[in-house]
Amino acid sequence: MLRDRDRIFTNLYGEQPWHLEAARRRGDWDGTRDLILLGRERIVQEIKDSGLRGRGGAGFPTGLKWSFMPKQSDGGPVYLLVNADESEPGTCKDREILRNEPHKLIEGIVLAGAAMGATHCYVYVRGEFVREAQILEAAVREAYEAGLVGRNACGSGYDIEIVVHRGAGAYICGEETGLIESLEGKKGQPRLKPPFPAAVGLYGRPTTVNNVETIAVVPTILRRGASWFASLGRPRNTGTKIFCISGHVNHPCTVEEEMGIPLRELIERHAGGVRGGWDNLLAVIPGGSSVPLIPKSVCDTVRMDFDSLVEVKSGLGTAGVIVMDRSTDIVRAIGRLSRFYMHESCGQCTPCREGTGWLWRMMERLALGDAEPEEIDLLYEVSKQIEGHTICALGDAAAWPVQGLIRHFRPELERRIEERRRRVATRAAETVA
Amino acid sequence: MPKIVIDGREYEVPAGITIFQACELAGIEIPHFCYHPRLNIAGNCRMCLVEVEKSPKPVASCAMPVADGMVVHTDTPLVHRARRGVLEFLLINHPLDCPICDQGGECDLQDLTLFYGPDHSRYRENKRTVADKYLGPLISTHMTRCIHCTRCIRFLTEVAGVEELGAVHRGEHMEITNYIEAALRSELQGNVIDLCPVGALNSKPFEYRARPWELRKTESIDVMDAVGSNIRVDSRGNEVMRILPRLHEDVNEEWISDRSRFAYDGLRYRRLDVPMVRRGGRLEEASWRDALRAIRERVAGLSGERIAFIVGDLACAESMLMVRELAQRLGCPNVDCRQDGARLSARHRVEYLFNTTIAGIERADLCLLVGTNPRWEAPLINARLRKRWRMGGFRVARVGAAFDLTYPVEDLGDSPEVLAAIADGSHPFAAALARAERPMLVLGMGALARPDGAAILALAHRIGERYPLLREGWNGYNVLHTAAARVGGLDLGLVPEEGGRDVAGILDGVEKGEIEVVYLLGADEIDVSRLERAFVIYQGTHGDRGAPVADVVLPGAAYTEKNATWVNTEGRVQRGRLAVFPPGEAREDWKILRALSEVLGCPVPLDDLAAVRRRMAEVAPTFAHEDTIQPAAWARFGEAGPLSPQPLRSPVEDFYLVNPICRASKTMQRCSAEILNGQMPEERRLAVEVHIV
Amino acid sequence: MTSAPSKKTPVGVMAPDVDRFAFTPENLEKAREILRRYPEGRQQSAVLPLLHLAQAQHGGWLPQAALDYVADFLGMPRIRVYEVATFYDMFNLEPVGRIQVRVCTTTPCWLCGSDQVLQACRDVLGIDVGESTPDGRFFLREFECLGACANAPVMWIDDDYYEDLDYGRARAVLEALKRGEKPKPGPQSGRCGSMPAGGKTTLLFREE
Repeated sequence: MLRDRDRIFTNLYGEQPWHLEAARRRGDWDGTRDLILLGRERIVQEIKDSGLRGRGGAGFPTGLKWSFMPKQSDGGPVYLLVNADESEPGTCKDREILRNEPHKLIEGIVLAGAAMGATHCYVYVRGEFVREAQILEAAVREAYEAGLVGRNACGSGYDIEIVVHRGAGAYICGEETGLIESLEGKKGQPRLKPPFPAAVGLYGRPTTVNNVETIAVVPTILRRGASWFASLGRPRNTGTKIFCISGHVNHPCTVEEEMGIPLRELIERHAGGVRGGWDNLLAVIPGGSSVPLIPKSVCDTVRMDFDSLVEVKSGLGTAGVIVMDRSTDIVRAIGRLSRFYMHESCGQCTPCREGTGWLWRMMERLALGDAEPEEIDLLYEVSKQIEGHTICALGDAAAWPVQGLIRHFRPELERRIEERRRRVATRAAETVA
Repeated sequence: MPKIVIDGREYEVPAGITIFQACELAGIEIPHFCYHPRLNIAGNCRMCLVEVEKSPKPVASCAMPVADGMVVHTDTPLVHRARRGVLEFLLINHPLDCPICDQGGECDLQDLTLFYGPDHSRYRENKRTVADKYLGPLISTHMTRCIHCTRCIRFLTEVAGVEELGAVHRGEHMEITNYIEAALRSELQGNVIDLCPVGALNSKPFEYRARPWELRKTESIDVMDAVGSNIRVDSRGNEVMRILPRLHEDVNEEWISDRSRFAYDGLRYRRLDVPMVRRGGRLEEASWRDALRAIRERVAGLSGERIAFIVGDLACAESMLMVRELAQRLGCPNVDCRQDGARLSARHRVEYLFNTTIAGIERADLCLLVGTNPRWEAPLINARLRKRWRMGGFRVARVGAAFDLTYPVEDLGDSPEVLAAIADGSHPFAAALARAERPMLVLGMGALARPDGAAILALAHRIGERYPLLREGWNGYNVLHTAAARVGGLDLGLVPEEGGRDVAGILDGVEKGEIEVVYLLGADEIDVSRLERAFVIYQGTHGDRGAPVADVVLPGAAYTEKNATWVNTEGRVQRGRLAVFPPGEAREDWKILRALSEVLGCPVPLDDLAAVRRRMAEVAPTFAHEDTIQPAAWARFGEAGPLSPQPLRSPVEDFYLVNPICRASKTMQRCSAEILNGQMPEERRLAVEVHIV
Repeated sequence: MTSAPSKKTPVGVMAPDVDRFAFTPENLEKAREILRRYPEGRQQSAVLPLLHLAQAQHGGWLPQAALDYVADFLGMPRIRVYEVATFYDMFNLEPVGRIQVRVCTTTPCWLCGSDQVLQACRDVLGIDVGESTPDGRFFLREFECLGACANAPVMWIDDDYYEDLDYGRARAVLEALKRGEKPKPGPQSGRCGSMPAGGKTTLLFREE
């Protein structure tokens, strides 16, 4: 288990105040000037060496992403956008950072910004997080007043402006180009790529979009060194990670743990175990709603990191762990996610706009067994017709949970169809009699 | 130039193009709905997916730039699966109303379904229905059929510059709408009907009137403005059913204005279809013989000086040539094709042409508009100016009345004095003009059809000489005509000869009793009340303004009813073709004049169309060169003189009602009332009231 | 679902439909401050904040006049504002009750009993999802994942989250609101944030 002194988010639960003074006591803003003065290349190299991968779901290597930004300034603005549009079902980690550790995020913005030559940062906070946005705004104000951000941030000679921007209720704005569109005052419809944001992003300028957690761990990595972070977890899957454990556990919680912690240990040590005991476990969605579920047999041994979960045809995603015990109507649980994706589809491209609704409608019927057995294959085919054919990853995200369900719970689907068929037949026989 | 491999063959293609375009160059057709070469890339239909090696997913070819070494497959099981999948998604919520859909037979969805469509539906759920939207008198909507390609939105936003359509809501609830349920306010809106790949946006006037396969298609030329848009006239029996644009990159690209597209119903109403002679104060039907004799009776023995010809805005070159020939034979010097009194001479072509050419606009870097509202006078030239503006680095300024042209315009004032100040270099704008690489000046009829028109023309000439308007391969001096007939008329020299009278002189002469016979060839834009004392012959198509005051009416052929020639504002000679026959007793115009010359005893010896056209080319060699631009040499023109304090303004006051055909068109009347004057039509008012209740 | 239309639309008790809208002087000041956050020529970026502001000023929903006002304020085509206002879930385009009760029903909350929370809302408020109370005080709707899954199930009322709910706790919150009280937001179980209910398992700093 991760030692407390290796935990980055020491105020994860908000036991202490969020404000600057308390944050400083926790070690934030300590020697930030010197870290900035390491210079772009050194910071990017440190982050590369640390093995940090994006914490927003896709797990793209952070240092590499930053290195795509133009090395030479053309004098125009360069943007760092912080994705605080946390909306992935099962995920509630960024919320804790925003409300309890805002200064880690702000310090991270200054350092990440310096590493990519950003002149401006917008933090895009989901519209529902009214209070969280208020706290972040207040923290940004504090940081401005203390000279930590703005012109000559921390006395380093580096200038960066930070603005908190609130969304208004659209999951798709968590997609990086949807976020850019939304920030430009449009519908949050993802853009075609290429061009990628590092070349043509916000207002057509070079832009990097990073998740809150990704940015918030940067100061600690730089302070404690890449090797410290890289020593946690295993290669390609390094560092600590905030896990959110929800659903049928005795003590749902968020907790920062080492990458690669066994799923079972994570649940039993921190979340008080599965309701009714480990053997009462049915399945887990290990990385937020967009990844396929894994059945108990896989949960028994799987480790919680990027590569381990890919091996079992799922993913770490946002590390939102949704636990379902044997009382769960698994078809409804996944069907509710299908409804989520249908509701959140932006409507722009055909497969997602038309396919997500089709998936949901079939899932609704399958939950009742009101379907032909062939429709299980149809459901799978429709999900395959969406997957990989859309502008953004929402299509894949809608397809995968359904595919996971069919992969692991096909007999359950068949049972429902058969059961309903028998019920209908009996009722018909009774009516005739 | 990057080399890429498509379906096993290597191609060298221009850098920066997309895979889709590369496939096109290679002759490989990629199915698509949302892609359109003249619109921004949306990449939303996903029909054009192809396989690119080393890419984990199929790639939308319309949006992906080619890269050197790319290996593309367009004909693999993966590609076909992807396309079939997309098509199935488009069809699940698409109604099966093809039998009653106007798009039937020319529907992209229908066509692609033939190749990629499933033979049965696997969709067991309820289909979505979407409420239709009200977009005004021109476009009818069937929104359940919409496949959300957003071409219509992109066209209006990008090409037309009228941001009134959008897609509201999201996911499967996304709907194309203008949200406010009121008429669209674009003069190019009809083009979205052509752009719509399905039957969601239809032509309201055409809807449910014909199937495309029963229509005879005739390629012709539009006369609703002086652009000379290339059109296709679709007819059934002897009726024009609809008008569509035809591709001409240098003229109208693939668009036409709503006037060109929708005024055709005006060809049915108020038509002159029998000759008429005024007897006892009333126009009565007559035979051609009697009508021509009635003219002979009045003209016989009359000195040519007491006769006048005024040629209207829609006249074809053939009929104008006959006017010229007949007038010469009658010894009549009073011939004018400038109904509006534009102070243009016919001496040098350069004086009255749009010399930059329409396509040439795209090479300009600055434009000064003088006394013109191109948006209403020539919507496609305005669209070209907008297109140029969207490319960046284009400055537009105006001397004249302010009007939203859909791109930024600097207003320098509306007095001719501004032009004088620019001409003598004292105006601040002079510096910009002097610095420009390829500046253009556009003189509208609003600057020329006024008493000081010749003086303004002289100022324009001075500007041409003083600033870099004329360079090797560049002529930035332009006249924007509003009348389709005008350049042809000037080319044929239909201006008064030495000692002859122009339109104003003719009208004065009538009032003074010096002109006794006035021959109006489709001339309806003059003050006909001043013709009272004359014997008026009206040859034309509509009972508009000229015919009611006429003593003899000779029914002619409209532009869709004859093989005829027009010369557009650039000086481009183009031929219209007969799509339907003139109604009733009406005849092709040159033949009427030919017959009249016979009856008047001064026969013009041109007996067929070929002879007429040969003669046209003798009079003006430009007529020998169809659809080409003959650059005109710079010359002296204009006449310095005092300027009037009258502000400069466009002559077009109502976009929809500019000529006899438009004025007879119910569609155009409706547009004028609703789009320009905000009058809600009766049926719409009722619908809204019911909704409120 | 998307812009859930209210089935019951009591007339007169909610913020009315208006044909003219303008920011109050205070909001005008705020709007100008918001505009300054975005670069020159990029005022359109302020459309979400300004719509939030307009909706708050107009009793929780946006009449078309408000959309037009914001469009004109930002110099953007009106249709673009209509697109935005209908795209984002937080904007109401029809009259709604002043207190907006939004119940998360996405899978993590559903697993933990959001059905019971919804039932509590129906029982206390006497309305169904998408409806407002006849007195115009409450508006009830479902919402997609509110991002507080470790504290599921969750209700979002006006600006605050009420977490760790069950039927009884949801009832208590709503009844308090009904009485005009302001119940304490956050976990109704009394736990601290998203700490495990059984007590902290981390951040004990025992080893130091």
